[in-house]
Amino acid sequence: MKTTVIVGAIAAALALPAAAQKKYDPGASDSEIKIGNTNPYSGPASAYGQIGKAIAAYFKMVNDQGGINGRKVNFVSYDDGYSPPKTVEMARKLVEQDQVLFLFQTLGTPSNTAIHKYMNNMKVPQLNVATGASKWNDPKNFKWTMGWQPNYHTEGMIYAKHILQTKPNAKIGILYQNDDYGKDYLKGMEDGLGDKARSMIVSKVSYEVSDPTVDSQIVQLQASGADVFFNITTPKFAAQAIRKAYDIGWKPVQYLNNVSISVGSVLTPAGLDKSVGLITAAYLKEPTDARWASDKGLEPFREFMKKYMPDANIADNFNIYGYTVGGTLAAALKQCGDDLTRENVMRQSANLKSLRLDTLLPGILITTTPSDYAPLEAVQLQRFNGKQWELFGDVMQSH
Amino acid sequence: MDALLHQVLAGLATGGIYASLALALVMIYQATHLVNFAQGEMAMFTTYIAWSLIQAGVPYWPAFFLTIGFAFVLGVALEYFVIRPVERAPVLAVVVVFIALLLILNSVTGWIYTYTIKTFPSPFPAQPVFGAYLSSHEAGAIGITLVVLALLYCFFRFTPLGLAMRAAAQNPESSRLVGIRVGWMLALGWGLAAAVGSVAGMMVAPIVYLDPNMMGGVLLYAFAAALVGGIDNPWGAVIGGFVVGVLENVLGAFVIGNELKLSVALVIIIGVLLVRPSGFFGRVHVTRV
Amino acid sequence: MKKTWILWAILIIVACALPFMVSNYRTFQFTLVLVYAIALLGLNILTGYNGQISLGHGAFYALGAYCAAMLMDQAGAPYWLTVPAAGAACLVAGFLFGLPALRLEGLYLALATFALGVAMPQLLKFHAVEKWTGGVQGITVLKPSPPAFLAEAGIKLNPDQWLYFFTLAITAVMFILGWNLVRGRVGRALVAVRDQHIAAEAMGINNALYKSLAFGVSAMFTGVAGALGAIAVQFVAPDSFNIFLSIVFLVGIVVGGLASIPGALYGALFIQFVPNIADEISKAAPWAIFGVFMIAFVYLMPTGVAGAMRLLTTRRKAP
Repeated sequence: MKTTVIVGAIAAALALPAAAQKKYDPGASDSEIKIGNTNPYSGPASAYGQIGKAIAAYFKMVNDQGGINGRKVNFVSYDDGYSPPKTVEMARKLVEQDQVLFLFQTLGTPSNTAIHKYMNNMKVPQLNVATGASKWNDPKNFKWTMGWQPNYHTEGMIYAKHILQTKPNAKIGILYQNDDYGKDYLKGMEDGLGDKARSMIVSKVSYEVSDPTVDSQIVQLQASGADVFFNITTPKFAAQAIRKAYDIGWKPVQYLNNVSISVGSVLTPAGLDKSVGLITAAYLKEPTDARWASDKGLEPFREFMKKYMPDANIADNFNIYGYTVGGTLAAALKQCGDDLTRENVMRQSANLKSLRLDTLLPGILITTTPSDYAPLEAVQLQRFNGKQWELFGDVMQSH
Repeated sequence: MDALLHQVLAGLATGGIYASLALALVMIYQATHLVNFAQGEMAMFTTYIAWSLIQAGVPYWPAFFLTIGFAFVLGVALEYFVIRPVERAPVLAVVVVFIALLLILNSVTGWIYTYTIKTFPSPFPAQPVFGAYLSSHEAGAIGITLVVLALLYCFFRFTPLGLAMRAAAQNPESSRLVGIRVGWMLALGWGLAAAVGSVAGMMVAPIVYLDPNMMGGVLLYAFAAALVGGIDNPWGAVIGGFVVGVLENVLGAFVIGNELKLSVALVIIIGVLLVRPSGFFGRVHVTRV
Repeated sequence: MKKTWILWAILIIVACALPFMVSNYRTFQFTLVLVYAIALLGLNILTGYNGQISLGHGAFYALGAYCAAMLMDQAGAPYWLTVPAAGAACLVAGFLFGLPALRLEGLYLALATFALGVAMPQLLKFHAVEKWTGGVQGITVLKPSPPAFLAEAGIKLNPDQWLYFFTLAITAVMFILGWNLVRGRVGRALVAVRDQHIAAEAMGINNALYKSLAFGVSAMFTGVAGALGAIAVQFVAPDSFNIFLSIVFLVGIVVGGLASIPGALYGALFIQFVPNIADEISKAAPWAIFGVFMIAFVYLMPTGVAGAMRLLTTRRKAP
């Protein structure tokens, strides 16, 4: 009897420190981690809403497999229609009313700009924002905001460097979407070309998302005499541009931005034969690309799509994007253990050491440090040969 | 010079797109004296139905005509179930219902078919016409638009049914007195407009790719085209469409650059309206006090 | 008549008590409701009372918002000064737009305003004015804090509450202004021009003057709303003022009630909260639910919520 009491007391004494180590901020508890998100599920940018759906499905899978450290992920996502005032309203709702632990993958540069100061003032993590703008990597001034994907500016610079190496006398024509995404890529290329930008870029034409086609712009670019084409367009317009360029007999060296590299949803509609020679920088594996058809690393992803997103189109890049960024967060949260304070979530997200996820291209790792808030900085160039993307060159780091 | 010709031809091709939807807008205006903001989305939705049929194995032309039939039924159903209950409401209230239809159709299509673009086949062969400047589909689409225009014009001008429809729209009370079933005329008008819209959608989709937001930008320009040409004149609408298409392309390429293309094109349209407030070919309305 | 006064008084008391009863986030939402109410009142003056359809009022909202943002960001102006400044700028802009629009009737005017609404984001993004408008990146503004005199008087308000009261005060001023306008000579003239413009002209009403004035005043209201909106959200970007905003405003006045002052308030509540409700109901197709709500409102209340309220109160009076 006495032994039981002593053993019991010792056990209780041992258990107490462990219980004291669990630290929670609003949104975290023994059973759940509440995450907030805004995505455009309505409006002209609603195609991007697929990312939110993919992430939701990913966390459903994680929960079915037992959750993260025994806790279920509660992923709360609201529609902001790609309108910054709505994003502000929904972000405030998530933080102040729904009391989420942090915001994850909020989508859109203007949307994130609108809540940038607010999130940092409230000291709530604005984690892995879904935009390729370069301004999210600023831990000194905005320690609560972090991006995820390789940024557009860097990608533009990589293409510029490649042009300078392979075709130093090129005449470059650029088609860009007239918004922050398009202008970021444009600036990247201009900065990458440096002093030669003015002489090399012979034509810059823009289009609006509301334009029905970009055929007129392609005709303009051909007329400018450009022999290199930097194609900064979203999937629908990318397909139009690729096809039109081919149809009018314009055969420049074409660099396609990473947002539109899907074989299934861009190159096939454009015409695989018309897409030969396209160059792009990639960091994710492309599920409809024949080269990964029997890749073991993609099998969990294919299973996931079949089971959790049966109606979605596997060719849609956004699905593998959502899956991968979800995996990044899952890894960071696992690292948090039982300390689920906002401070620690931020600390662990800024402490990912060479994280390897199978949906990323070989050789590409996720790394963050307290002074480097860019998880993905590596890309590799690839060229389309009519059937699949062929990687070439080395994995390039962007700094 | 070559570049100018190229832009003009490209402008005619896009103008053909605007013209075809403008026809549907004029169609519904002639039947109901209302501008249907949901016309573009109806066209888009029926094009998706055509796509589903073709995916299921139906050959192109049977699918084409089946879709036109389906669109006609859809138009009639929408008029009967959605528009007729608000007939007596103020005009703006009906406009709000149109806007609601636009939102519903767009959202539901996105939900069912996702936002990934789909290729839509073209009935025309693949060789280009006019060198590399105009694809044979674009030329064919213009041709089909002109055929539909001719059919509509003849229908309204030379058939008793067409006359009855125009009467019902212009003066419902007097029309009823003469024995015209105004309700049926309205439903017929909607059905025909939906059918014309579906043709527009099926001609546009191979050029711009099929996606739920396909018709958004087109509706803008089609609206402008229909009004510039005169909202009650099918010929005017088609000519307006071509004018708007060419203007937009030429302005964007040579005059003002793409960044202000939209603004300038629309300013010019307003300028036209200031000179001819009822559009180029519209009938000037005389109101009596 | 007395009943209306009592109802408004109750409304004001509730409005003043609101920020102390609900969370900061809800206060922020209600601030936006007030902002939209002013914008809708402006549109109602033009479209409801004067019969000129505008599908481009989002452009005036954008103008007001950018005025405020640019003044605060580049000229260092205090936030409260930007509101009348935005109003003045939009008054002029609206009047200038109304002048050529005089020749256009009904649908054609709708197209012209539609063109304005569509073109505005492009104009704001144009690279020549980028250094003032911030281009596609937009402009961020600082949140105003409660003035010192309140703290000295011992009243402690947080920034959200202060912003709410500031907006409430301006809303009250604008509503009184609007009410005075529509029930006076000018209002009657506007309605006369709407209903029988030829007869009105024959009776000596200067159609051109009143129609342009209506445009100007309406733009002023919406510009003031835009400025307040920019201060509340603390961010302006070109693509948030697209044509959809103009369309939503139109939906707002129709659902709220055309040619009605309280209609602006009902409409504002609708356009602020119903999309959120739609989002809760369906994430897959939120717009579809919003559309269904719109149709339901129009079916049940074809003259808007204000019209339905009027019917309810008049029925009770009848013996």
